[in-house]
Amino acid sequence: MTAASAEFYNDKVVRQFTIMTVVWGVIGMAVGVLIAAQLYWPSLNFDVPWLSYGRLRPLHTNGVIFAFGVCGMFATSLYVVQRTCHVRLISDKLAAFVFWGWQVVLVAAVISLPMGFTQAKEYAELEWPIDLLITAVWVSYAVLFFGTIAKRRVQHIYVANWFFGAYIIGTGMLHVVNSIAIPAGFMKSYPVYSGAVDAMVQWWYGHNAVAMVLTVGFLAMMYYFVPKQAGRPIYSYRLSIVHFWALIAVYMWAGPHHLHYTALPDWVQSVGMVFSLILLAPSWGGAMNGVMTLSGVWHKLRTDPILKFLIVSLSFYMMSTFEGPMMSIKTVNSLSHYTDWTIGHVHAGALGWVAMITIGSIYSLLPRLLGLNQMYSVKWIDTHFWLHTLGVVLYIAAMWIAGVMQGLMWRATNADGTLTYSFVESLSATYPYYLVRFGGGVVILGGMCLMAVNMIKTFQMAKSTAPQPVLTPDPAQARA
Amino acid sequence: MSAGWSWYVILLVVSNIIGCTALLWWTSKKAKGNEGTSHIWDGDITEYDKPLPRWWINLFYITIVFSIAYMFWYGGFGSYNGFSSWTSQSEHATQKAAGDARLAEAFRPYDGKPIDELARDAQAVALGRSIFTNQCATCHGSAGQGAIGYPNLTDTVWHWGGTPADILQTVLHGRNAVMPSWSEALTAMGGANAVEDVTTYVLWMTDPSLAATNGDAIARGRGLYANVCAACHGADGKGMTALGAPDLTDDYWLYGRSRAAIREGIERGRNGSMPAQEGLLGETRSRLAAAYVWTLSQQ
Ligand code: HEC
Ligand code: HEC
Ligand code: HEM
Ligand code: HEM
Repeated sequence: MTAASAEFYNDKVVRQFTIMTVVWGVIGMAVGVLIAAQLYWPSLNFDVPWLSYGRLRPLHTNGVIFAFGVCGMFATSLYVVQRTCHVRLISDKLAAFVFWGWQVVLVAAVISLPMGFTQAKEYAELEWPIDLLITAVWVSYAVLFFGTIAKRRVQHIYVANWFFGAYIIGTGMLHVVNSIAIPAGFMKSYPVYSGAVDAMVQWWYGHNAVAMVLTVGFLAMMYYFVPKQAGRPIYSYRLSIVHFWALIAVYMWAGPHHLHYTALPDWVQSVGMVFSLILLAPSWGGAMNGVMTLSGVWHKLRTDPILKFLIVSLSFYMMSTFEGPMMSIKTVNSLSHYTDWTIGHVHAGALGWVAMITIGSIYSLLPRLLGLNQMYSVKWIDTHFWLHTLGVVLYIAAMWIAGVMQGLMWRATNADGTLTYSFVESLSATYPYYLVRFGGGVVILGGMCLMAVNMIKTFQMAKSTAPQPVLTPDPAQARA
Repeated sequence: MSAGWSWYVILLVVSNIIGCTALLWWTSKKAKGNEGTSHIWDGDITEYDKPLPRWWINLFYITIVFSIAYMFWYGGFGSYNGFSSWTSQSEHATQKAAGDARLAEAFRPYDGKPIDELARDAQAVALGRSIFTNQCATCHGSAGQGAIGYPNLTDTVWHWGGTPADILQTVLHGRNAVMPSWSEALTAMGGANAVEDVTTYVLWMTDPSLAATNGDAIARGRGLYANVCAACHGADGKGMTALGAPDLTDDYWLYGRSRAAIREGIERGRNGSMPAQEGLLGETRSRLAAAYVWTLSQQ
């Protein structure tokens, strides 16, 4: 590393990832809108295998989680770790590899999933050659991140970095363990696990993808951008400690709630259920730390749409982490499982929490990155906020009603023991709600497109992107 | 589960719960002190160290206490089964026994009743309909309208016979239609065009206008048909219900009426299979379903 480059932050990789976050957000959600439309108008697959629902659905989930969400995490983590460690990333080459490597992974997903290549494990569909590349990128990312932490110029590691760190270690571990497979050709493999063990490993992974990526990762985002945007101290350091460690310890155990009433042994299901209940308080701890950080500056919500995004995302986070433990209770799960209630829960978390915190953080990050005071249009941010909120509410309200209705219809029996409704009857009762969900999706996608335009205009406003000098830490905080 | 695994699980579960409790206890007891840490990052990010809200601490403790109690009652500590000795199998068995007893009671009035009598009993038909939508609609369509390969049950065309007794037989014991592939036999007899010729002949049975343009093919097909097909479909093409061999003159086509579909059937054979229901539904409920099906074609 040359002396000169040590003076400035590496913001190139952050800019690249920021742009791709928005681009993938538009793509991933557009695919979401398409599959939502297919559930209402099934002929929209045009009898083309590439466009069939079963292939596009994993494209949607990969597109929103690993492309939109994780690019957002790369952008913010690489920004935040430099700012809160007061040091440049340890290697520009590694940073470039992480960026380009990840984009290759995503493009490979966009090509291989519609072609029908899949390991048929939810959220881990990508075949083994892509899995290997993911591992390489992820290890490089870990080296980059922890190397930068190790070289920090301040004594204390900021709480956001604990969460980023846990996210990086956790995700890497989950990915490797769940993806171990025996290749049987270039794009074909068989998992080493079988039967109930395979199911358990898959949902240990699946649930902790929710935990380590969709929760812990985005809490890290929250811990930097909420205090930054609000201009207030984080509410409670000890709350950070207790909820961080409790989340890390407890989440790992909750996976079996995805496999209630299956071949999994009873005791495993019970352990999964109780640890999901214990998760309630630690989850809310994080949300509280964010929301209470605003105390004293609530009035800012009136004028700052970015804060609105951040705070409303935390409300959705609280909502979905209340709903989740309830759905983990076996009796409740026997109603909710297989229904659109699960889909509603997923999107309360994914669209309400994950997408809103990401969008808010990007709006907060981008001007800072480009040396501007604000985005090209703050009014558009406000419009985006209302579009997104409206869309999410339409989406999850429709899915809740549809889900509970399906659950009740499926279990209704006549006095003679026959089912009161055939499956088709419950499906046709669901149709109107699929239309509402589609409408919500269109509104959300509209908001994302507005964001993309706002981003382009903001880049045009910032003619030169001069590198930003590394801030000297407060002398009392500095590390020898 | 071996004792070793069991203790391993117990250790992990217990140490996790104790760990959370200890952490919570420690942070909630921590001295109030001044309300901030002195840390500063990135110029302006700082932290308070406010005490944990009381209701939140209590919520955390309540979930922990509930969880421990739950695992003592239902199991969860390794191979320890819990005070209640509950298992999901036993819960299922109890519920199923109760349900079966209730059902046996509900269906008893219809045991062994003839189909046509059941068909006149509105309540029995309603029962038959709900059995049908549960059990048969996946293949035959929610209104019995059928689909390619799955017969329409609302019309008067029956491959296996449409009397109450025939239908009951079909439902109880299932039917397996065997129409072998004829391409080899036909080609051996009538040359490369044989399949095409027989297809034309079959089409001619419902569309005599073909004679004007395809006279030769029909004549060749007629000979082949008499040799190979008549055994099952009858010399006049009227079919044979004992074998489930369809009437080829009625313009009802189980596998589609296009030339390609008919040719494909002759070339590759057809093996429609109606699964036996007695083992799945029992005698009485199969009977009710059969009665409902019979009413569909009686309107
Ligand atoms: C061994 C008895 C047998 C012979 C011989 C036989 N078939 Fe069939 N055929 C059947 C049966 C049984 C079916 C009903 C198949 C099903 O339901 O899956 C059938 C079905 C068909 C169908 C489809 C009817 C529909 O509704 O779609 C056609 C067409 C047909 N046969 C033509 C022929 C021709 C032409 C020949 C002579 C080359 C022939 N079959 C010889 C037993 C026979
Ligand atoms: C797995 C699919 C499937 C299910 C479930 C099923 N069927 Fe069928 N059924 C068939 C097929 C295929 C045939 C046609 C067999 C053949 O090719 O001749 C058939 C034929 C029949 C026939 C004879 C039609 C004729 O033309 O003679 C009757 C009657 C019938 N089914 C009634 C029922 C009833 C009542 C039920 C529910 C209790 C039922 N089926 C469930 C597939 C099914
Ligand atoms: C415009 C916005 C969106 C629309 C219209 C949409 C639509 C859909 C649809 C139709 C499904 C399939 C549901 C089913 O099979 O019944 C789905 C599944 C899913 N979506 Fe979205 N989605 C959107 C945004 C997002 C975002 C932003 C995320 C994550 C960050 C996300 C994560 C998921 C996940 C994880 C699933 C799988 C759920 C499961 O298997 O239970 N979606 N989405
Ligand atoms: C305390 C926190 C949470 C708990 C205990 C929890 C619990 C649950 C339960 C019980 C299910 C249904 C399983 C089933 O019946 O199949 C579920 C599904 C799901 N949850 Fe959560 N949830 C929590 C938070 C979240 C959050 C914050 C998200 C964020 C985005 C999320 C995303 C998902 C997804 C994607 C699924 C669908 C998985 C699938 O079937 O494909 N959850 N969760």
